[in-house]
Amino acid sequence: MSNGTVSHVRHVLSENPVTLLAATLFVGFLLAALLGPSLVPYDPLASNVGPALQPPTADHWFGTDALGRDIFSRVVVATRLDLGIAFSAVLVSFIIGMPLGLAAGFFGGWPDRIISRGADTIMAFPLFVLAMGIVAALGNTVGNIILATIVINLPFYIRVARAEANVRREAGWVEAARLSGNGDMRILAMHLFPNALPPAMVQVSLNMGWAILNAAGLSFIGLGVRPPEPEWGILVAEGAQFIVSGEWWVSLFPGLVLMLAVFTFNLLGDALRDIFDPRRRT
Amino acid sequence: MTRVILKRLLAALPNLVGVVIITFLLTRAIPGDPAVYFAGGAATQEAIDQVRTQLGLDRPLMAQFTSYVGALFRGDLGLSLTTGQPVLQELLQRLPASLELVLMALVLACAVAVPMGVLAATRPGSWFDQLSRVLITAGVSLPTFFTGLLLAYVFYFLLGWAPSPLGRLDPIWSPPPTVTGLYVIDAAFTGDGALWWACVKQLLLPVVTMALFVLAPIARMTRASMIAVLSSDFIRTARASGLSDTTVLVRYALRNALLPVITTLGMVFGFMIGSSVIIEKVFGWPGVGSYAIDALTASDYAPVQGFVLTMGLLFVALNLLVDLLYVLIDPRVSIDS
Repeated sequence: MSNGTVSHVRHVLSENPVTLLAATLFVGFLLAALLGPSLVPYDPLASNVGPALQPPTADHWFGTDALGRDIFSRVVVATRLDLGIAFSAVLVSFIIGMPLGLAAGFFGGWPDRIISRGADTIMAFPLFVLAMGIVAALGNTVGNIILATIVINLPFYIRVARAEANVRREAGWVEAARLSGNGDMRILAMHLFPNALPPAMVQVSLNMGWAILNAAGLSFIGLGVRPPEPEWGILVAEGAQFIVSGEWWVSLFPGLVLMLAVFTFNLLGDALRDIFDPRRRT
Repeated sequence: MTRVILKRLLAALPNLVGVVIITFLLTRAIPGDPAVYFAGGAATQEAIDQVRTQLGLDRPLMAQFTSYVGALFRGDLGLSLTTGQPVLQELLQRLPASLELVLMALVLACAVAVPMGVLAATRPGSWFDQLSRVLITAGVSLPTFFTGLLLAYVFYFLLGWAPSPLGRLDPIWSPPPTVTGLYVIDAAFTGDGALWWACVKQLLLPVVTMALFVLAPIARMTRASMIAVLSSDFIRTARASGLSDTTVLVRYALRNALLPVITTLGMVFGFMIGSSVIIEKVFGWPGVGSYAIDALTASDYAPVQGFVLTMGLLFVALNLLVDLLYVLIDPRVSIDS
């Protein structure tokens, strides 16, 4: 990172206090994901650590659920699973989608037609419904939730990378790189990829929030993660039956934390856009 | 004009084919042996083999695909194991409930988001602009199942304004005679005010939940395209000619600014169809989404696959509709091509 970038990052952070807040929250979530199980006061799976269905108290910050489990512990421990699913899915989408998109944009012709058609076909579905169909068909496991999330994220990376490669393949510096004896693969990897990285990073952050929402949504309707495993979507689902009888805390806290996590990644995405792409500043 | 429309129709064809291929591949990906599954728990090897032949699973994949497409053309999506009814018939029965939800949410979301975007665009940087930006970011971060439960808690449990969040109509009422399948409209046809109000009250919470979710993309797009249009020359000219602010804003600016908003409607429909699954579960709404979830819980695959296919086809059709609408509204599209 050059000196100018550092001062620009500092400028963006100081300009927008919300970005600083998002960065702080992000670190908090990261810590919860890494250290969660050793931080929490109770075993997230143990029932009857307190009276059942008790509203928040000093002992149980988020209250207890119908089996007397500590909701705070369950919510914190769930962070690792939720962020883990989203992160691994987004990472794999990125790793597969970027080269495909770059190749499509750079070579054009039939590779472009095949790859773009594939991306369009995925986008022809309402994406949550497609994810549902994939998990339903392949089996109800965490691995398949990740796979489904990879598939529905893929088109975004393909499109971003394709657009970047397509615009830049005729650029002077690409021609220069070719003249100095670089092969196609080397130009793609060493010259076009770094240029496609900034918009892709923005996409990564926005997709993280979206991937968390999707995974939680799938678990909420009973796909993928299974109870008693703590996961935000399931925790909300477990409290759903109690909300109409007034036991609000069972669903509220996991829901709030889930929302906060998505909010954090969306804000980070906006901030990254400001840092990487000053022209499109909001 | 006709040529443009034909071209758009042709362009939708590959997507249609893609949807059918992917759904077909998903039907062949059932964990384990589909023949064992469809033969039922206590089936003998003989029975399993019979089912395999019956389903054509012993034939090459290409042949299976042809018969799958053939069945689709006959409207055959298989039978639901739990109810024993044809999947297509059950889906069609439940589709109006889902459409009612989606259409009303779309109307509500547009009614709020478009004025919000316009106001934010005319006063960029103002407190209203800031507020709407916060609302928009919060809106896309909200898990729909959480908003739904929260609304149910506040408006049903705490305030008692909304009826019990279960189903399309309180059991004390009998549903209006079917004309369109949308209860609010059918109830209006009967002229029974109390019945109509009962339908509206039941519909309100799920519709607000869905509208909150799609508010963000519509408002954001309206604001962006309104800002672009307001800075163009013809608006300056209109202002300079002494036209009133309202005339400039609505008749000149908004009409042009709405075009890009219409293109985002395709994406918005995708969001709404996806979120309808979750919202239908939260509110016990008897639409196609909750049908698919019930089938999932019972490991009944044919309805789930039928649901994915139907939603895929519906989404392609809706996107096509948005495209065609765009051609009709924007004269430049047909002139350019």
